[in-house]
Amino acid sequence: MDAIKVIQVKEDVRANNDRAADALRERLRDAGTLLINLMSSPGSGKTTLLSATLDRLSYELSIGVMEADVDSDVDAHTVASHGARAIQLHTGGMCHLDAAMTEQGLRNMGIEGLDLVFLENVGNLICPAEFDTGAGAKVMILSAPEGHDKPLKYPLMFEVSDLVIVSKMDVAPYFDFDLEELQKNVRMRNPNATILPLSAKTGEGMDAWCDWLRKAVKEWKV
Amino acid sequence: MHELGIVFHMIDTLQEIAAQNELTAISKVNLRLGEVSGVLPDYLVDCWDWAKKRTDVLQEAVLEVEQVDAVTVCNDCGKTYPTVPQGKTCPHCQSPNTVLLHGLEIEIDTIEGC
Ligand SMILES: Nc1nc2c(ncn2[C@@H]2O[C@H](COP(=O)(O)OP(=O)(O)OP(=O)(O)O)[C@@H](O)[C@H]2O)c(=O)[nH]1
Ligand SMILES: [Mg+2]
Ligand SMILES: [Zn+2]
Repeated sequence: MDAIKVIQVKEDVRANNDRAADALRERLRDAGTLLINLMSSPGSGKTTLLSATLDRLSYELSIGVMEADVDSDVDAHTVASHGARAIQLHTGGMCHLDAAMTEQGLRNMGIEGLDLVFLENVGNLICPAEFDTGAGAKVMILSAPEGHDKPLKYPLMFEVSDLVIVSKMDVAPYFDFDLEELQKNVRMRNPNATILPLSAKTGEGMDAWCDWLRKAVKEWKV
Repeated sequence: MHELGIVFHMIDTLQEIAAQNELTAISKVNLRLGEVSGVLPDYLVDCWDWAKKRTDVLQEAVLEVEQVDAVTVCNDCGKTYPTVPQGKTCPHCQSPNTVLLHGLEIEIDTIEGC
């Protein structure tokens, strides 16, 4: 019988994924395609926001959308009807997307000619924050009805995001949502995050969001 | 569900290490798991026991989990304190300017095999 070998590994389980994500980000940079990892709780308004964004930007930018869901493809059909190249990724019960799944999705969709790809991650404020997908920017959505205390309860999601969108601002008064309190709570976790309140329904804040996207795409390409 | 995703990432890494070191069977895996990593040890072991059966090199592998206590350091007074009871605010000087030092680990420490 062979002797038992003991091997010192001392490596984080997420390190493999981080390397794959860095390599994917490099390739996307060379291709001039900005991938945005869009994260939030279920029902915060991701698909509605993407549809409204496509209505405004699909004449000036070529946009792809990858919808990750445990099962079903309703979201992919919705965004495709607003002018995006779209595919549905089924995660088979997984609570987040990793770099390998993202890369496979991009290959299946095809990124030739795309300026911008949104990845609608699985609805959940915990696991997606921990896994780098290879995206060039991380954007999270918190809808006003979820409450201004969420940065205290899910700090990692707020720490890793470049941009925090506060959606459904049209209904904020009904939920005693305090925007100033939210800004304070986000800043405590992440002083560098940009915070954008908006409503896809009334259009409030949509110009600022579209400007943020235009600038991010431009900067990614240089 | 999060635990199952973690197990899949672990298995990818272990398969690579087994190939690099020419191991045909891994008998034991020692994992260091941070107290605030968000991973529940019991669920992790359940997912492991299910997933290892589907992986050739892990058929007989036992997973040992060692907990790493969460520790935060204060940037203002330089002292450390246990994260879980105290949170973000330093109990020594009340500063909120603190960073987590340990507790997020999900680290494969050593493996045994032949
Ligand atoms: N009042 C109001 N309702 C909104 C707004 N945006 C989205 N909604 C509503 O919120 C609900 C959920 O919106 P979706 O866009 O499907 O949310 P989602 O985050 O894509 O949901 P999942 O993909 O299921 O996680 C729908 O009933 C939308 O009509 C908004 O700006 N204002
Ligand atoms: Mg959706
Ligand atoms: Zn202190």
